[in-house]
Formats: sequence, structure tokens, C-alpha cells
Amino acid sequence: MNPKDLATTAPNTWCPGCGNFAILNAIKPVLADLDEEGLLALEKVVLVSGIGCHAKIADYVNSSSFYTIHGRTIPVATGIKLANPDLTVICFAGDGDAYAEGLDHLIFAAKRNVDITTIIHDNRVYGLTTGQYTPTSPSGFVGRSTPAGLVVPPINPLEIVFASGGSFIARGYSHGIELLKEVFREAILHRGFSFVDVLQVCATFFNLYDYYNERVYTLEEHDPQDRARAEEKMREWDYNSDGPIPLGIFYREEAPTFGDNFVKYNSKIADIDGRIREALESFV
Amino acid sequence: MDEFSVLVGGRAGDGINEAGMIIARLFNQLGYCLYQYLDYPSLIRGGHNFAIVRAAGKKIGAHRDRVDFLLALNQETIDRHRWRLKEGSVVIYDSDEVKSPVAGGVGLPLKTMAKEAGAPAIARNSGLIGAFSGAAGIEWDILEAVLRKEIPKSIDENLEVARLGRDGIDGNGLKVERRSYPCCPVITGNELIGLGLLRGGLDAYVAYPMTPSSGILHFLAKVAGEFSIKVVHPENEIAVILMAQGFAYAGKKVALGTSGGGFCLMTEGMSLAGMAEMPLVVVVSMRAGPSTGVPTYTAQSDLHFVMNAGQGEFTRLVIAPGDLEQAYYWSATSLGLAWKYQIPAILLSDKTLSESAYSFNLDEARGIPDIRPVLADGEGEYKRYARTPDGVSPLAFPSMKGAVVKANGYAHLESGITTEDADEVKAVQDKSLRKEESLKKELERLPIVRTYGSEDASLALVCWGSNKPVCAEVGEKLGLRVVQPVVLNPFPTSQFEAALGVVERMISVETNSTGQLARLMRCNGFDPDDLILKYDARPFSVEDLEERLLEVTR
Repeated sequence: MNPKDLATTAPNTWCPGCGNFAILNAIKPVLADLDEEGLLALEKVVLVSGIGCHAKIADYVNSSSFYTIHGRTIPVATGIKLANPDLTVICFAGDGDAYAEGLDHLIFAAKRNVDITTIIHDNRVYGLTTGQYTPTSPSGFVGRSTPAGLVVPPINPLEIVFASGGSFIARGYSHGIELLKEVFREAILHRGFSFVDVLQVCATFFNLYDYYNERVYTLEEHDPQDRARAEEKMREWDYNSDGPIPLGIFYREEAPTFGDNFVKYNSKIADIDGRIREALESFV
Repeated sequence: MDEFSVLVGGRAGDGINEAGMIIARLFNQLGYCLYQYLDYPSLIRGGHNFAIVRAAGKKIGAHRDRVDFLLALNQETIDRHRWRLKEGSVVIYDSDEVKSPVAGGVGLPLKTMAKEAGAPAIARNSGLIGAFSGAAGIEWDILEAVLRKEIPKSIDENLEVARLGRDGIDGNGLKVERRSYPCCPVITGNELIGLGLLRGGLDAYVAYPMTPSSGILHFLAKVAGEFSIKVVHPENEIAVILMAQGFAYAGKKVALGTSGGGFCLMTEGMSLAGMAEMPLVVVVSMRAGPSTGVPTYTAQSDLHFVMNAGQGEFTRLVIAPGDLEQAYYWSATSLGLAWKYQIPAILLSDKTLSESAYSFNLDEARGIPDIRPVLADGEGEYKRYARTPDGVSPLAFPSMKGAVVKANGYAHLESGITTEDADEVKAVQDKSLRKEESLKKELERLPIVRTYGSEDASLALVCWGSNKPVCAEVGEKLGLRVVQPVVLNPFPTSQFEAALGVVERMISVETNSTGQLARLMRCNGFDPDDLILKYDARPFSVEDLEERLLEVTR
């Protein structure tokens, strides 16, 4: 299938130079390829998005989708997956979505190792609300809600997901589509909770292209099953200091997923009245 | 005597609920209709717990203040409930605990008896129940059969304690005669709501624990394997209502349960369900608020909250069943309606209905309508929000061949793609309004207003939810009309008007401080003349309502 077939008629309203284009242009060929290779079926793909500039991706990909509300992609995606384990469920969320409004859901999804993929459009600024700090904005960030500069340091989302039990942890960058495609593909194919933090540049409110271009490098000869090494690499950059910024798959492990025990429950009861009558017997 | 009331009391952790239920099951074997009111504070050990079991030869669903038997495991029970005694009441107490008993009461060393029988301390209940069975003239065989069924552990020791207790009673105090009420399951509202949802085709139940709704979660989690459903307890109520919408989107019939505080967290999800047209059944079991309020006690104070929760205007169904037969019927039917109209349906319960135990007669809950969702036929390009004359867009689910199913919480085109265009935005709202009209038409065919008592009475009690049984009983006794709207939103205006008949004066009976049903009635053109309100977080007893009615009508 041609990735172009995945386009919709919705006019794209992202700003010129927006990092969201890279994510859109990476996910479409990945889905098309996986469909082509028989590794998934497009009609079984569901995209779930939150609220923010990122979330418009639901309008821009011609696949089943649920355009939800701010911070709540992950519980919706979890419900979809539990309801129908045959579906491939991919969440797109912003850093405000996943790390502020819905951090509880991120931690629990990682803890449960539910078999969904979560891609964070981490531009480290609120775009759609026109320029306030997010949980990953660096200290000193001057935004419209913090005109004197942000005092507190950012969180490192990779460490949070790792500590919570996430079984696939990666970082991408919106300048470098080949790496994004590779990471997305592996994340989707991974069975368990896959988490990809994408350094997605907001060209309008927080343009970090030059900053990132000087500091990013791709992990090589890194064994993602080496927990200690994975953790070390996640800590190499804390989203605040100027250290080198590793990209790629940091960590990956096979682990039981939430909902495995549900598969046998299909709510098919031939004689529901009879079964209820039996259940009532124990209350006489 | 036509009926009996038995109070059993002790500390939290003494097994008071279980003791009350065993007493209820004894009466059940003798042809009585049962009701158990359970009163317990918000703690795990200590405090004062009591249960009032009322048994009558006719249908009941409310407790009386005065009791015929007072069974006390501790001094506090005697002290707190002495006022409930009347002439001829029988008092039995644990003399190892109670040091200032009531004159004429029977003291038995229950703690010592349990020890002698080698039974755990909880078996004091068995001694007390054994003594009660002796005083009430209930045959040993019935007692033994019930105890064997109800007591999971150390049954021989418990039977021995029961025997010792029974032997401690000399002669019969009040003879419990056999009656002819059918032997029914005695079950709590929460368990019955669970069964009603299963009857409606439930695939999944999602909830975060919150009194008094947790009983549904516990029951459905217990029977999940038997009924092949998925039960999930997520991180919080926000996740509950969003996860549930994931289930609904994927085509699974889902219900969720909470109480007021949890429902506060669900309001953004309610609004999403409204805009994205996700079918949900949301059970809200009310307790006394505001805030934490009185968490293990009852109130009807969230009607306007659930009717209005969530930003924007969208179609929703609010149903307040008043007894178990209605709870069963409407739990099942609410799933059908939620799916046919793709709306959130709120099933409004309260602590009284959820946690009291009632005799449930399945034969009275028949005729559940078969209401099915409108499914896409697979022809042509699928549009999730196709704008049809009745406002209902045919449903498809992801993985159906050729169907791109785009759900959206933004205003959307028929395809599900976001829009901000003025005409399109209006069209989305018009579709929602058409859907509400279709829903109203469907509801006209269903028993959305119920009446009891005299048909030609000029005075009517109007009630909703768990006050139905007490109002029906008192109304029937005094020859009044009783009108109970079961569906509260959309308000059943024409059925309500018809139900009033020749009524000239209406009294709204509610367990809140402002008269929330009365306010809703006024919004719909009905003006109640008086209010009987109770807001001490306790349900009306039969005597309560009779006295209050006398004050109002004097």
C-alpha cells in the first residue's frame, strides 16, 4: 500500500517547520509497510490522540481513530486494547498531555505493561495554548505563564517510564525521519507498553533545532536488554543540562502484558436468564 | 403478629452484616418478605454497627424504628437502641460484654460459649442467632440448614455455639408464624444492579472503589469468570470513564460505577461521551455530601449534579430505580438504551438501595425490552457521525472491513474529522437534539413513571429512588396516591401528568435538604405543595414518614 492512501481530506494546520510533520510522515510509511508485510492489518489499527497541536494527527491519518481529550489518550487506548486484543493501538500524546494532565495514566500503563504504543510529541512547550512551560521545559524557560523564567527543573520522562515498568523505551527526534521510522516500527511490533519520547520541535514557540542538532547522537552498540546500561543512557541527558542527547531504543524486555488473562472472557453466555437464576440461588 | 423487626448490633468487625443476613434467611425460609438496613460508620474495627432486619408477609422495602427483638453483642448496642423497645420486645445480649442490661433481657455468656465450643470469637453471632431462633420458635432444622449454607468455616463449632445459645432461652417469647410470601433471593441492590447489567449484555465493568458503589465492583469481579466479562479497577475515576469509552468505541457494552466524589472526576469524561457519542452506563450511588460528607450513610443530593455534569449540552438519560425489581429492569434496559442512542446513561442509586438487602422477586422484573443498537450495513463509505433523521448514526467498530471509524471529542463532520465551521457545528448540535426526541419517543413505551396506593386520592406523595418502598407502604396504608418518576431525564412529563390523575395536592418526599425532585418538577410545570425532607444521612423509617406526614397534613 502507498502511504499516500493514508492521507485524509482534512487541511493541515500545523505551522511551517513544525516537528509534527516528521511524526506524521514517519508513521504513515511504517503502517503501510507493516500492513504490506502482513505484520499488522490497517483496518485493525486505531490511533488515539489527546488535545494539543499533536492531536490533529487523528484527522490527518485515514485510519480508525479516537480524538480524545487532554491527558486522556492512554486510558482510552488501554480500554480499546482490553476490549479487542486483535487491534494495534497507538497513542499520540503531547508532553502536556502525558507528563502533566495525564501523568498518572502513563505510570499505570507502564506498570501494567499494557500492549499499546505511546508516542509523545515532546516539544517542551504548550503550543496550542500559545507558549507556556511544560513538565519537560528546561529551567529558566521564559513562557507566558512564567515571564520571569521557570524556576523548577524538568522531569526526565524516560526515567519515569523505566521506573514504572515500561518494557520498551526509546527517544526520537523530529529532524531525522529514518531513525523515527525505525523506532516507531520496533515500538509497534513490541508486545507490551512501548514508549517513544520524540523531541519534536515547535518552530513557533520553542525552536530548538540548532540546539538539538549540535547535541543529538544515535545509540550504537547498545544492548537494550542491559538494564543498567539502559538506565545509564537515559540519565545521560536530563532535559536540562547541555549534555549529549542519545537517540534510539534504550530499553526493551519481554514481559507479561495486562489483559493476557482477559482474553478468555468473551461475554458469550448462551442462556443468560438461566445463569442469572443460578446465581440468585446462592442468595436464597 | 404480621411482621417482625430484629436489630442486631455490635462493633465493626463483629460480623453484624452477616448476622443480619442469616436472620433474614431464617425468615425467608418461613415465608416472609425481607428488608435489611445496615448502619455502619466509616472505619474497619470498633465503632458501632447495627442491622435492622424487618420481615413481613407482604412486600416491604423499608425499616421500622421499633423492634421486636434486640440482639446485643455489646453494651453500646443496648445503650443506643433501648429506645426502640416496645412492650413485649425480647432482648438477648452477651453477658460477657454487657454489664448494665435491660430489665427482662436474657443474658448469655456468648464469649464463653464460643470458647467452650472451640470456635472463634466471631461465632458469638451463632450463639446470639441460636438464642433468637429459640425465642422466636424457629425450628432447629431450619436454623441448622441456614447456618450450614451461610457459615463457610468451623461449621460444627458454630452449630455447637448456636445450640448452647438456643438452650439458654427458656420458652418462646414471640412466635414467628409461617407466612406465604414466596421464598426469594435476599440480595443487596449493588449485587442486583450487577446482575441486571449482566442481563443487559454487559461485556465489561470498570470502577475505582468508592462506598457505597463498591459492592457492584466486588460482585462483578467475583463472578467475572462465570459470566465471562472483563472487570477492571484502574488508577482513578478519570481513567475509569475514559477506559470505559475505549471499550465502547471497540464495540463492548460497558458500565462503570462510582459515588459523588468519583463522579466529580468523571465529568470531563461525561462530556466527551456526549460529544463523541459513546454509549456508557454510569452507576452513581449517592452518599451524604458535600465532599467526604458522611461516607457510609445515605442521601439523594446528587440529582441535579448528575443531570448537569459536564460542559456543553448533550443528551443523557438519568434513571433512579426505587426497588430491586426496578433496579434489575433498568440496569438491563439502560444498556440497551445507551447503545441504541449512543449516549451516557446514569443509573442513580444511593447507599440505601445499594447496600440494603431486599427480597427480590424475579417474576416481578420480567418484560425487559430488547433494545438493540443500530449497526452499519457495510455498504458505501462509513461515516461514524452520519446525520440521520432520527439523529442515530449506525455503528461500526474498528477491524470491520472497510470501516474507518473516527470518533472525536471536537465538533466533527459526519466522517469524524474535526470542524469549526458554523453550519457544521450547528448540525452536530441539531443531530444531538433529534436524538433526544427519538429517545423520548422510545421512553414513552416504557414504565418510566410508577404509581402506588389509591387511584382516586386527592393527596399524592411524590418520591424518587430508594424512598419508593417506604412511600408506597405508607401511601397504601393511608389511602394516598404515590407517584414515582423512575426516569428523571428526559423528564417524563406526559406520563407524570397522567399518573397524577385527580390529585390536588402533592408532597415531595426526599432524602436531601433542598427538595431536588421538587425543583425538577417545577422546571417541568409541576408544583409540589409541600416537602418532606430528611437530611441526617439516614433513610426514612416507616414511623418517620408517618409522623412527618401528620405534621404536614395536620
